[in-house]
Amino acid sequence: MNTDAPFAPWEDESATPLIAFSNVTKQYGTFTAIDEVDLKIYPKEFFALLGPSGCGKTTLMRMLGGFETVTEGRITIDGVDMDGIPPNKRAVNMMFQSYALFPHLTVAQNLAFGLKRSDMPKSEIDGRVEEMLRLVQLKKFASRKPHQMSGGQRQRVALARALAKAPKLLLLDEPLGALDKKLRQETQFELMDIQEKTGTTFVIVTHDQEEAMTVASRIAVMDHGKLKQIDTPDRIYEAPNSVYVADFIGDVNIIEGQVTKAEGDAAELSWGEGKPAIRGMAGAGLRAATSGAFVVRPEKVAIFSEEPMDRHNRLNGTVEDIAYLGNMSTYYVRLENGALIKSQVANNRRIARRAITWGDRVWLSWTDTAGIVLAS
Amino acid sequence: MNIARRLLITVPYAWLVALFLVPFLIVLKISLSDYAISIPPYAPTLELEEGWSGFRDFWVGLDFENFVFLSEDSLYIKAYWSSLKIALLATFLTLLIGFPFAYAIANAPQEWRPSLLLLIILPFWTSFLIRIYALIGIISNEGFLNQFLIWTGITSEPLVIMNTNTAVYIGIVYTYLPFMVLPIYSTLEKLDGSLLEAAQDLGCTRTSAFWSVTIHLAKPGIIAGCFLVFIPALGEFVIPSLLGGSHTLMIGKVLWEEFFSNRDWPLASAVAVILLLVLIIPIILFQRNEQKQREQNK
Repeated sequence: MNTDAPFAPWEDESATPLIAFSNVTKQYGTFTAIDEVDLKIYPKEFFALLGPSGCGKTTLMRMLGGFETVTEGRITIDGVDMDGIPPNKRAVNMMFQSYALFPHLTVAQNLAFGLKRSDMPKSEIDGRVEEMLRLVQLKKFASRKPHQMSGGQRQRVALARALAKAPKLLLLDEPLGALDKKLRQETQFELMDIQEKTGTTFVIVTHDQEEAMTVASRIAVMDHGKLKQIDTPDRIYEAPNSVYVADFIGDVNIIEGQVTKAEGDAAELSWGEGKPAIRGMAGAGLRAATSGAFVVRPEKVAIFSEEPMDRHNRLNGTVEDIAYLGNMSTYYVRLENGALIKSQVANNRRIARRAITWGDRVWLSWTDTAGIVLAS
Repeated sequence: MNIARRLLITVPYAWLVALFLVPFLIVLKISLSDYAISIPPYAPTLELEEGWSGFRDFWVGLDFENFVFLSEDSLYIKAYWSSLKIALLATFLTLLIGFPFAYAIANAPQEWRPSLLLLIILPFWTSFLIRIYALIGIISNEGFLNQFLIWTGITSEPLVIMNTNTAVYIGIVYTYLPFMVLPIYSTLEKLDGSLLEAAQDLGCTRTSAFWSVTIHLAKPGIIAGCFLVFIPALGEFVIPSLLGGSHTLMIGKVLWEEFFSNRDWPLASAVAVILLLVLIIPIILFQRNEQKQREQNK
């Protein structure tokens, strides 16, 4: 294998997926939690299921663990149909949101719990426990009980316990949800590190898009039991395939209008009477003469006090609000048609030197490739 | 420490001294006295108006005669021993029946749990004696149970349950079931369901997850329930005397007979003092268990 090539088995037609969902549906009574999902996850991937609460991401993961049955369709792991196979017979381990550490057992006993119930010889168990403790840097805590540890330490014990049996697939249910922000960021990198070291396939469920963007090789954005988009973090951010995904991931400006041109990559959207159409990239399956939405990220919107004649996309409006965030400022500009557009500018200069202030008439502009026109 | 706090602490201590320590000392004193045909039926009594010599006569009159007698007469030792056996077996039976009860309630849908708990507690709203008499109506030779068994043809002769040790076990299990169910329920109810899922995820079957997780975590409740049943069952007097036969030997019954039939207050007091000592050991164990649990939950 060429190690220089970027890791992207999903682009390789010949690669065999570790997990395959084919046409999977899950119903609770009349409520459809998972709606005809098709999904392939490849070995060594760090795959994130992202979506708001109640979108079905946890149900999808619990199906992999064997805690939920499938109403329709098929799930295979490593080519084996998982129908009717109980959790204890799957080469899959799960790290629970509540960590689910056994309170009556010490850290070492928690780690050994699964090993004792596997076919690992007794003599090797201690060594494996030690190895796992080293992996998560908790060697000193082997004889502690879970309640004697901090949240971050417990999180690491839970991770080590789930990895102890060297599963083919590790499921992580909101693994960092209970940690404070700073610790969460540190732990994200630790997770990636451990994933790389162990070479295990990780599937993580999260509602935190930043977390998904940081750790995952690919992200599936879910809504109402459906997969909206499955893509790499940069593609999800730069090339969302729907307004829903664009709106869910990060901050975004959405301008509604009529698609006037859709040729190849380029598209134009007319958004107000007497205004020139704005140019952007064409989203998938976009057709002219339909209603559409122009999507552009605030950091790609530049703000000028004079009209930038050299640019095609230029809109004018009034500064309504300025949010000073320290490293950057967000300008909220009201257009003549009433729409509010955000422009994010890095604060390279001291605030006293700022040229634009409240109530100023300004021009907003972005390049022809900064935005995307999506069918709405 | 300020006065208000001191006062607050004084109340429970005063309560304990007046209602436990003083009566206990009186019983202890009577157990060291001798039987006498008088009112009260023991000697010596403290004659304060005779001053110092009165106190000396009183002190000299006290001895361990009753305790020596207890240790020499095999009846009492047998009664203690048989009480222990009955109480232990009855506690075990109550656990066998109570645990599934508690488990079922803890796993019932949330909205059903209060009603189910109420059903467990409901019999307590009736007098204990009435419930025991009701049991007699069910298990006696002409009782409902035997009538039913004969009517269905399962037996032709009535089952003899009444006035046997079996009746005593039924009585104790029936009476003390809530004391077993409630503490076990309270531990099972707190049990995090994801622990069982984690156990299954790590290779347990449903059954082995139950044994290696549920039972372990219910242990404090099981221990509390067992003590709550065992301690009163050991000194039980009403159940063996109403349901048990003449050969059902329990120390509570012996105690009652010494006091009221024989009017031998000193000997009865000695029996009571020893019973208390026998009970104090499990109570201390029980409290140590509670203490340990509290420290663990910190």
